[in-house]
Amino acid sequence: MLRKFIVAIFILVCFVLQCSVFGSIAFAKIIPNLMIVLTSSFGFMRGEKEGLIIGFICGLLSDVFYGDFLGFYALLLMYIGYLNGKFSRIFYPEDIKLPIALIVTSDLSYGLICYVLMFMLRGRLQFTYYFNHVILPEAMYTIVVTLFLYPLVLKVNEKLEAYEKRRAQKFV
Amino acid sequence: MSPIIKKKKEKFTIPSKYLLLILTILCTVLMLITFGTDVFNKPLNTVAGRVIVPFQQGIGKLGEWLSNRSEELVQIRDLLAENERLKQEIAALTEENTLLQQDKYELNQLRALMELDEQYASYNKVGARIISRDSGNWYSSFIIDKGMEDGLAIDMNVIAGGGLVGRITSVGPNWSRVVSIISDNSNVSAMTLATEDNMIVSGDLQLMAENCISFSQLVDSRNVVAVGDKVVTSNISDKFLPNILIGYINSIGTDSNNLTKSGLITPAVDFEHLGEVLVITDMKQSVDEE
Repeated sequence: MLRKFIVAIFILVCFVLQCSVFGSIAFAKIIPNLMIVLTSSFGFMRGEKEGLIIGFICGLLSDVFYGDFLGFYALLLMYIGYLNGKFSRIFYPEDIKLPIALIVTSDLSYGLICYVLMFMLRGRLQFTYYFNHVILPEAMYTIVVTLFLYPLVLKVNEKLEAYEKRRAQKFV
Repeated sequence: MSPIIKKKKEKFTIPSKYLLLILTILCTVLMLITFGTDVFNKPLNTVAGRVIVPFQQGIGKLGEWLSNRSEELVQIRDLLAENERLKQEIAALTEENTLLQQDKYELNQLRALMELDEQYASYNKVGARIISRDSGNWYSSFIIDKGMEDGLAIDMNVIAGGGLVGRITSVGPNWSRVVSIISDNSNVSAMTLATEDNMIVSGDLQLMAENCISFSQLVDSRNVVAVGDKVVTSNISDKFLPNILIGYINSIGTDSNNLTKSGLITPAVDFEHLGEVLVITDMKQSVDEE
């Protein structure tokens, strides 16, 4: 229960920050993707199921406010969360290389899919321009934000897991 | 007490594979349904408006306060110099003002004479504050803090600083989404003010960085449209009210078909520094097809 509550707070705060504060401190008009950071880090920390549910909720939020129709971002982020969950078996909290690599890969593939489905299919074919000016900067900026956000998420998750363990022992 | 110890029931859980499948189907169905209709928009928009918008409003105010403070510090020095200069300007302007007031009096009379009622000075407008911007980097849209409860509706035009900003595409009880005309998925039917030649003005992500929008399909058979001409929304647009300023022609060239022209427009609105916008609550009159 506490976990659900805290995760909900995380999602809400990140979404609001992404739409407001990060918009005004954006370098070269590119904003980092906090939703990807949340979705994939909960994915590889907690497994497929939690990843896909959190991805679905994050995506649905973007859909309701900024999507032309519902379900597009939800579907995309859900799969990203699920695939990141596959890596939970080789995830160790001490190692930062895997999380960074996963988050960057997620963000790059998110950008590519967005480009193909929303721009290429409308005949905007200058892929290199969009890659250099939107997809790559977004991924770079997301790494920078990850360095701050990910340790926080990790810490909170560790605290939550310890709390859940204590509770479970109490009831046995 | 019965000797049988009740076993704790296994909690029923769905394997993640099936959950993924179920949610995928749900998303697909949602996309198909919302592509054509907007049945879910109202309840979802209401919930989102009640939960998220208060946060956004709060943080928007906080951000504004912070940026105002930091700007104040930077600007104090500039302001002192500017103050000196402005004092001199005031003297010149006071004189000019008297002249202008005479002109205005004359203009008012002439306007009444010509019954220029459809000028956008006479549209009903509502002021609104931008509280959040698009969460992605692909399109350009933003959320304003007024919605259905303030009488706004989908397709109302949004202006700022005398120029067209965009139109409302989604409305919640206390928020609405505005897609700006520089967004890649926006097209506006426009015309040149001087010659009334029609064209299509469309936003482009590549040009957004240069602060331009592109226009195309301009039929200018007399070859009179030139750089610097005013571009306004056209009479035949079905979403935009006529004669709202869009911008000025920046460059123009003939298409390869030798019939139409296309080029770039510099918008009249500074989209980077938008804080408040005006929503025109009058709607474009449309013919109902029955």
